[in-house]
Amino acid sequence: MEKLYDRLMKDYRLREGLNACINCGTCTAICPAAEFYRYDPRRIVDIVQSKDEAEIEKLLKSDVIWYCGECMSCVTRCPRKNAPGLVIMALRSLSIDTGFFMESEKGRQMYVLCKDLCGNVLNYGYCIYPREFHYKGHEEAGTVWEWQEKHLEDVYERLGANFDGEGPGALRKIPDSDLAELKRIFDITGGTERMEKVKEAAMKKAEELGLSEEEYFNKVYTECKGAHFNH
Amino acid sequence: MIYEGKQKIWSDYQKEIPDDHYFYVRSCIRQSFFPASEAAFLHITRNILNKDIFETEHHTTCGGIAYHSDAIPQETAMTIIARQFALMKKYGYENYVCSCITSFGLYCETMETWREFPDLKEKIAENLWKSCKLEFAVPKFLVHASDMIYKYRNQIAAHAKFKLVDHKTGKPLKVVEHIGCHYSKMFPSKGVGGAEYPYVLAGMIEAWGGEVVDYPERRHCCGFGFRQYFVKSNRGYSLSNTYKKFESMEPYEPDLIITNCPGCPYFMDRWQYVIAESEGKTYGKNGHGIPVMTYEEVAGLVLGFDPWDLGLQTHQIGPEPLLDKMGIPYNPEEKYKGKNGKDLGQPRQLDCIR
Repeated sequence: MEKLYDRLMKDYRLREGLNACINCGTCTAICPAAEFYRYDPRRIVDIVQSKDEAEIEKLLKSDVIWYCGECMSCVTRCPRKNAPGLVIMALRSLSIDTGFFMESEKGRQMYVLCKDLCGNVLNYGYCIYPREFHYKGHEEAGTVWEWQEKHLEDVYERLGANFDGEGPGALRKIPDSDLAELKRIFDITGGTERMEKVKEAAMKKAEELGLSEEEYFNKVYTECKGAHFNH
Repeated sequence: MIYEGKQKIWSDYQKEIPDDHYFYVRSCIRQSFFPASEAAFLHITRNILNKDIFETEHHTTCGGIAYHSDAIPQETAMTIIARQFALMKKYGYENYVCSCITSFGLYCETMETWREFPDLKEKIAENLWKSCKLEFAVPKFLVHASDMIYKYRNQIAAHAKFKLVDHKTGKPLKVVEHIGCHYSKMFPSKGVGGAEYPYVLAGMIEAWGGEVVDYPERRHCCGFGFRQYFVKSNRGYSLSNTYKKFESMEPYEPDLIITNCPGCPYFMDRWQYVIAESEGKTYGKNGHGIPVMTYEEVAGLVLGFDPWDLGLQTHQIGPEPLLDKMGIPYNPEEKYKGKNGKDLGQPRQLDCIR
C-alpha cells in the first residue's frame, strides 16, 4: 500500500507549500485559528516533514486539521516561503480520500459542506444562493436579512439585480447548458466522486446511529463536543 | 540613497492595471448580499468613465468557496476556472476583472501552479475540452475590481459630490480599511502595495478626503474561515476574529470601515449586531455601530448616488451617522421601499444596536 506521505506529495499544494520548515513557529504566531482553537500549524508541518506514517495517520483522523480557516495569513510571514495553509488543504483532501475524515467531529462536517456548497454549484451555478440561505439557520444575519428573505424578489429588483432572469446580471438564472458543463467538470475531475464518497460514509454513519438523513445533517451541523478551544 | 531604496521596494508592489477592455465576472456572496455594489461598479466604469466592461450570462461561480471549504478537489476548481478564462477568450478579451477576492486569490494560485507545473496545465486544458469543448486560455492581465476603482480614484474624486470629510467641521473622516486576506497574503506581488502595506483601499480613502486609521489588528482576518462560518457549530471562530478587530480599532473611533472582500463587509456588519445582542456593546456613538461598506458603496456615495440605490438599507448597521457627517441627503421614508415605492414593510427594529 502506498505510503501516506507519498500520497501527500502527489498533491500540488504540498509540493508548492512545503519547502524546508525550520520550525520557527511564525505561522502559529500569526494564525487566527491558533488563537481560537487548540491548533498549532508549526506542529502539523513538522509532522508532515518528519514523514512519520503513524503520526500522519493520526493527523488525518484528528479534529486538528479541520481548524484552519484558510485565510493564508501564514503564507505571508513564513521566512522560508512555506504555505502551511496549503499543507492543511492537502491533508484534508487525503483525509477525505482515505475515509479518515469520518473519525473526527470536525471531519464529519464535510457532509454538510459538500451537500450545501456542491448542491448550490450544481443546481444554480453559485456557491452561495439566496434561496438556500435561510434566516432560520443564520439568525446572525440579522433582522435585515429576516426582512429581505420575505421580500427577496422585490429587494433584488430594487437593487438592480436580475434575480432568476435571463441574460447577464446579478443572480441571473445560469443557463441549463452551463450547469450541464459544470456537472461534466465535476464528473471528470473527481468532484462527483468526492461528493458521493462523503455522502456514502455519512449515510453509513447515520444508519449506525439510527438517524434519518435530516437528523444526521442537523447533528453534524450543530454538534460541538470535542475539546476544541483555547481557554 | 535610502529614499531610492524605498522607491525600489515600493516599485515591486506596483501592479499594471490596464485602462480599458475587461471581461467581468461576478461574486457569489456579493450578488447575494451586495448586488447594488456590482451594479455601481458597472455604472461607474461603463457610464461615468466610459470603459468597455463585458459580462456574459454564461459565467458561473469559480468554485472558490467550495474549494476553500474542501468540498471540491483542486482539479475541479481549476477546470471551472479554466472554463471562465476560456469564456473570456471566446468573447475576444484578454483582461480579466473579478468582483470576488476569494476568486482573485484562487485565480492567482491557479495561474502560478500552472506556471510551475506545465503537466497539470495540460491536464486541465484536456479536462476543459472534454467537458466543455472550449479552448484553453490564460488572461494577459488579471485584476480585482478594487484595483480598477483604485486606478480611477482620482477621476472619481474629480466627479465627487461629497467627500469623506465631516461637512460641519471640515475634518477628514477616520476610515478603517480592511483588505480581504486572499487579495495579497498569498501572492503579495499581485496586489497594489503587497501584503504588509496594501494601498488599494488606503489610496481611495486619501483621494476622497478621508484619513486612514492605523490600528494593531489592521491586517487580521475578519474571521470568515469558510467552513468556520458555514457550519453552525464553528461560528464562534468567525465571531471571535471580528470581535478582536473591533476591540483593537475601538480607541481610534472610526467613522467608517471600507472593505474589498465579499465576506468581510457581511461579517463585520453582522457580527457587530451579535456582539451588541450578546454583550450589550456597540462600537459607534449613541448606540450605533460602525458602518461597514464596500468600496463601490463608498465610491457611489462620493459620486452622489442615492444611498438606497446602493443597497445601504440591507446592512444591519445603519449608515445614517455617516451620511449625516458627509452631508448626504436621504429620505428615511424611502429606505425600505421596493421599486416604484412599493411598500415592503421594514425589518424588526432592534434595541441593542442601530
